[in-house]
Amino acid sequence: MAGNKRIMKEFADIQANSPPGCTITLPKEDDLLNWEVTMDGPSDSVYAGGRFKLAVALPKEYPFKPPNVSFKTKIYHPNVSNDERGSMCLGMLRADEWKPPNKIVEVLKLVRAVLAAPQPEDAVEPGIANEYKNERRAFDKNAKEWVSKYAK
Amino acid sequence: MDSDDEGGFNSAASSIELDEEMSSSVDFDSDVELDDYQEDETAFEATAKDLAPRRKAYEVEYRVYSPKDIQAQQDDQVAEVANLLEQPPEATAILLRHVRWNKERLIEQYMDAQEELLDKAGLGQDISKNPPRLQVIDGFCCDICCEDTPGLESFAMNCGHRFCVDCYRQYLVQKIKGEGEAARIKCPGDGCNKIIDAKSLDLLVPTELTERYNELLMRTYVDDKENLKWCPAPNCVYAVECGVKKRDLNKIVPSVHCDCKHAFCFGCTLADHQPCPCVLVKKWLKKCEDDSETANWISANTKECPKCHSTIEKNGGCNHMTCRKCKNEFCWMCMGVWSEHGTSWYNCNRFEEKSGSDARDAQAKSRQSLERYLHYYNRYANHEQSAKLDKDIFHKTEKKMTLLQSSSGMSWIEVQFLEAASQALQQCRQTLKWTYAFAYYLARNNQTAIFEDNQKDLEMAVENLSEMFEKSTDQLAGLKVEMMDKTTYCMRRRVILLDDTAKNLKEQTWEFIVDMV
Repeated sequence: MAGNKRIMKEFADIQANSPPGCTITLPKEDDLLNWEVTMDGPSDSVYAGGRFKLAVALPKEYPFKPPNVSFKTKIYHPNVSNDERGSMCLGMLRADEWKPPNKIVEVLKLVRAVLAAPQPEDAVEPGIANEYKNERRAFDKNAKEWVSKYAK
Repeated sequence: MDSDDEGGFNSAASSIELDEEMSSSVDFDSDVELDDYQEDETAFEATAKDLAPRRKAYEVEYRVYSPKDIQAQQDDQVAEVANLLEQPPEATAILLRHVRWNKERLIEQYMDAQEELLDKAGLGQDISKNPPRLQVIDGFCCDICCEDTPGLESFAMNCGHRFCVDCYRQYLVQKIKGEGEAARIKCPGDGCNKIIDAKSLDLLVPTELTERYNELLMRTYVDDKENLKWCPAPNCVYAVECGVKKRDLNKIVPSVHCDCKHAFCFGCTLADHQPCPCVLVKKWLKKCEDDSETANWISANTKECPKCHSTIEKNGGCNHMTCRKCKNEFCWMCMGVWSEHGTSWYNCNRFEEKSGSDARDAQAKSRQSLERYLHYYNRYANHEQSAKLDKDIFHKTEKKMTLLQSSSGMSWIEVQFLEAASQALQQCRQTLKWTYAFAYYLARNNQTAIFEDNQKDLEMAVENLSEMFEKSTDQLAGLKVEMMDKTTYCMRRRVILLDDTAKNLKEQTWEFIVDMV
């Protein structure tokens, strides 16, 4: 299908020109729909020094439906669900905001930007969002603790 | 729209319509105030006094529309506004959907800030200059599928976001079929808010999907208009128009009858629940649903036998309990074995006497409120059950009618009285059922006494007819006249009750024991 050519091109482009701090691989070479991303925490954020594993799963309707992005490494963040799924649902990752010309490279840039600047108004974890807004010190401490506990 | 095309509308009170109403049928936005009913009535009386029954206080004006009518209504409005704004119909349709079919608001906004409105509605510039078409452009590469084969057909609206025709189509199919979107599908271009117009859509998607698209558009049209609602009956395609506003629902119960025969409330779309207003219906259903009253009472007033765990209600003051089932003797207060209480008989020394009497008072109170609830609930449930049986009765009726025809030599027309009786029973039971929910929330006063008299009269009439209805077939023929009388009587009692309730509701003279919110 048309989707395949697009995905192969996207993969080749992203390999040749990876977004900063990201390494992208295919865990199974013949499966173009499941990507694995290793993302370094942005250096000017509480996640600095951490190394996070993400899974990017492309639905079979891709690019007409958005990819699913999830953190495989636990992370203390208002926009990442604090469960075994570690899912994100933000901006262009929402079905009604996704447009087919959008690319995974943009998605990864968005994810990294959200690591640097969490969006508490759009949180999946209201508790963490509240802490981020009202008790920044406690939030910073928790986030850093989780980095050294899970992301080293 | 013409009044007698398709027979697609109906009226609550009569089959005769006011001509002026029909000719202005394009615009249904005008407020229908409750107070207008009275005026309508008198106007009506003057012209068609002998031909049509007067509208009762519990009846509302409404019309039933077929999908064709609704389409025509939309088309008419689009044509009218298109003319006014001097915009092509496709663009006008998008604009109307953008303002949720509020014509006045659209015209106002258009006059005030045309550019801004067009932009917000997703309409860039005039689309009549550039009718949508597919193009082959040299060196084109589709940004969605990365295909760049020479001769590839592509499409773009005047926003210039160009994609190959397959991807464009796939995108639209996904939106329409997968996400059920229609009125507000945006251009697939990144960050572009331009809405796909009907002409571009026609060009791109297969016919079977155009139908689905139009269906979805129609859905949004009806959903967007406050005075239109879909009939909630399964598989029914009709929509009903009624002018009763949400804020008036405490003053009137707008029951409407769809052409599919389903009677429902225009306010909440539940099945007809006259005379009980929507807000009380909601409260009542919730109360019955979680059945919390019963459960609360049980938990507050009973304990389990410490030995065999039977549920026990204490109905006297004495703390010395003997379980009827396992003969275990224990103290109600501390649940301890009675023999260990020693000399402090009939007075558990671990508790103060006061708490015991408090508990008794609370029990009596709780008991009373439960019994009140159960009184109304049992009667409500009984009529509900009977209403369900009505369906069986109806089928039985049909059989009986055929039997009666062959045994008595009556014609089909002559045995119609049975069907009429069956329908009257169904309708009256439905009404009766809701009178009990209504009565539960009524405060006691003289008005309530009148209401209960009316309720009793209707109930007696219904039970009489119901009894007669189940007589054997050979007896039925001889009862024809009597049964017709009783049917008429039932319906009259129902009208009296509904009329009285509705009048008081309209004048807001009922006193309720709960807040009407």
